[in-house]
Amino acid sequence: MFLIHEARMIVPNLHQITVEAPEVARSWRPGQFVVVRAEPEGERIPLSVADLDTKSGTITFVFLNVGYTTNRLASLEAGEFLPTVVGPLGNPLQLEPVKSVLLVGGCYGMGSLYPFAKAYHELGSEVIVVSEARSSFLLYWQERYRKLTSQVFCITRDGSLGLRGHVKQMEKIFEKHGTPELMIANGCNHLLQTACATVQPFGIRSLVSLNTIMIDGTGMCGVCRVTVGGETKFACVDGPYFDGQAVDWEELTLRRKSYLYQETLSTFSSSSCNHHLPARSA
Amino acid sequence: MSENQTQPARRFSTTQEEMPKQLAEVRVQNFEEVALGYTADLAMSEARRCLNCKKPLCVTGCPVENDIPAFLSCVVRGDFETGIQILKKTNCLPAVSGRVCPQEEQCEGVCVLHKKGAPVAIGRIERFLADWEAAQGAPKLPEKCEPTGRKVAVVGSGPAGLTVAGDLVLLGHEVTVFEALHELGGVLVYGIPEFRLPKAIVRREVEYLQSLGVKLVRDFVVGKTRSLDSLLETYDAIFIGAGAGLPWFLDVPGKNLIGVYSANEYLTRLNLMKGYRFPTMPTPIVPHHRVAVVGGGNVAMDCARSALRLGAETHIVYRRSKAELPARAEEVENAEEEGVIFDFLTLPTRILGNDQGIVIGLECVRMQLGEPDASGRRTPEPIAGSEFILDADAVICALGNSPNPLIPATTPDLAVGRKGNIVADEATGQTSKARVWAGGDVVTGAATVILAMGAGRKAARSIHEYLSSLG
Repeated sequence: MFLIHEARMIVPNLHQITVEAPEVARSWRPGQFVVVRAEPEGERIPLSVADLDTKSGTITFVFLNVGYTTNRLASLEAGEFLPTVVGPLGNPLQLEPVKSVLLVGGCYGMGSLYPFAKAYHELGSEVIVVSEARSSFLLYWQERYRKLTSQVFCITRDGSLGLRGHVKQMEKIFEKHGTPELMIANGCNHLLQTACATVQPFGIRSLVSLNTIMIDGTGMCGVCRVTVGGETKFACVDGPYFDGQAVDWEELTLRRKSYLYQETLSTFSSSSCNHHLPARSA
Repeated sequence: MSENQTQPARRFSTTQEEMPKQLAEVRVQNFEEVALGYTADLAMSEARRCLNCKKPLCVTGCPVENDIPAFLSCVVRGDFETGIQILKKTNCLPAVSGRVCPQEEQCEGVCVLHKKGAPVAIGRIERFLADWEAAQGAPKLPEKCEPTGRKVAVVGSGPAGLTVAGDLVLLGHEVTVFEALHELGGVLVYGIPEFRLPKAIVRREVEYLQSLGVKLVRDFVVGKTRSLDSLLETYDAIFIGAGAGLPWFLDVPGKNLIGVYSANEYLTRLNLMKGYRFPTMPTPIVPHHRVAVVGGGNVAMDCARSALRLGAETHIVYRRSKAELPARAEEVENAEEEGVIFDFLTLPTRILGNDQGIVIGLECVRMQLGEPDASGRRTPEPIAGSEFILDADAVICALGNSPNPLIPATTPDLAVGRKGNIVADEATGQTSKARVWAGGDVVTGAATVILAMGAGRKAARSIHEYLSSLG
């Protein structure tokens, strides 16, 4: 059982949970993820780690309340427990100093890139942060990034703040501020794919955290398989970060929708009043 | 009680006592256990068939050398208490092995009565004894040796790890079991379906170990949460029983279409995550209409019979013939009774999908058996022009797995074989790394529960010798 230190909604529908998991916090390196369960008998879902504090042995993750399990997670409060927080899973990224690194995040990815901002800042690399959201009220942690770098940009689809549009607008940033050496992106697959397509003509090395369905997260089930450079890889043990320019995005997008119908069913079947209680009995 | 309880029966019967089971048409509607087990009368009557051979071949046929004639004679006398104690001396999971062992290749395969008709149904009696004990309430705890102060870490809570833990805790060592998943039992909980091995039995065994003082840690991935080397700083010895790893998929076009599963995924969704109760349970499983399971082992049978219970027409696609099926005979028979359709001598060549990337069929070619290969099995060869399409909306690959890579990947000085399996001495389980032992699927590749238990037992003995030598 893992004690929740803090749980709150940061912007509409995006939540942040800080949970005590000292063994995970001690071993975690940027790039790795955890698998969590929200309730006894709960589903296992993978989440990126957005921050950690080795002193208190806690990790923090940010997630979008989008389906049954994230809805359960969002209903938890400080003092309650998560039955499972297991990890760190996947491979850490080999962080080497680069001249400049571009961090592109949307949704939960906006927070999940924070450890890279810290790490590259410490390595002395120039850090450029691009956050994408539908509207300005969905942006978060911008202040945290500004403490590390002056190069903090945002793109909103309604143009309420920063550039108007989607990550394709990054072209304008490159024109004005030069081309970074490396891009690291985290967010939905659409954002990752668009970001990769945008930076491709600029020859920017692209590392993306692929968003797949997972169960165990240790390589046993293979549901997270993706095609990268023509080869089948398991996102959990070979990833989660891959060369974004080599990913078969079409296959990934289709596979991500494997349980669309069941996900809808699950959300609807749990939307009656008695399911608004903290945990569902079996 | 029988009249000839003191002397072994010489008037042996050539037929076994049948074990009651759920009717096929009933059991395909539920996930409850198929076999219902012997009653005391049936067990005694079956045990009476034992000839008490001077040189009991059954014992040598058993990977853990259960003293079979001894516990059978107890059953004949109706002394089940002594019977189970004899059994538990060599086998700490009799309720499990009585259900899932391939007895026809082991004890029962070499039973003298096998040639005379039917062997003594040793597995069924073993199961009876274990279930009898469970029905008596909390099991009697055996005497534990004085605490030695030595600490052992066991990686993985499957049959190998549970055996090691059970043996070493009784010898007075302090044992901690680390499990990567959120439930204990390894393949016994994520792999083998409820209808073949009720999870309550696994829980009972795990609770028993806990009552002996074994510490159990869930949600802990050795090699990730902590490295093996880091554990070696705290523990005097480590046993790795991490089990099977990455599943193998068909290497044909369409292998990543939606509806193509590894057996591990399909069974984990069902068993560990209880997907058959979706949406009451949150992990979904898609109810398919027509499922093709590729492979012929126990895992293939488990997948096919699970899919059937979820309402699908289910095919087993196997490239050899019925005689070569590696699955337990009883499971093949059960699958046939339940209506699984067997497509023997059939090799999948391509998985077909629609524009949504969803499986719509499996292209196959018919095979014929050629010359025997190195393993003595006749090699199947494709028959030209025999291609056909099996309509299916799901393809489950039950083709085996490579050993789990997480520990070797983060332990550079641990020797691994060509396929990524940890290299361990067959007699002792010792690996290339000091103070580290290994056994089960992580060493052998996918094998059976009883072989993993056998490996665990040998490793426990060797670990104990090592710990004792420390003085």
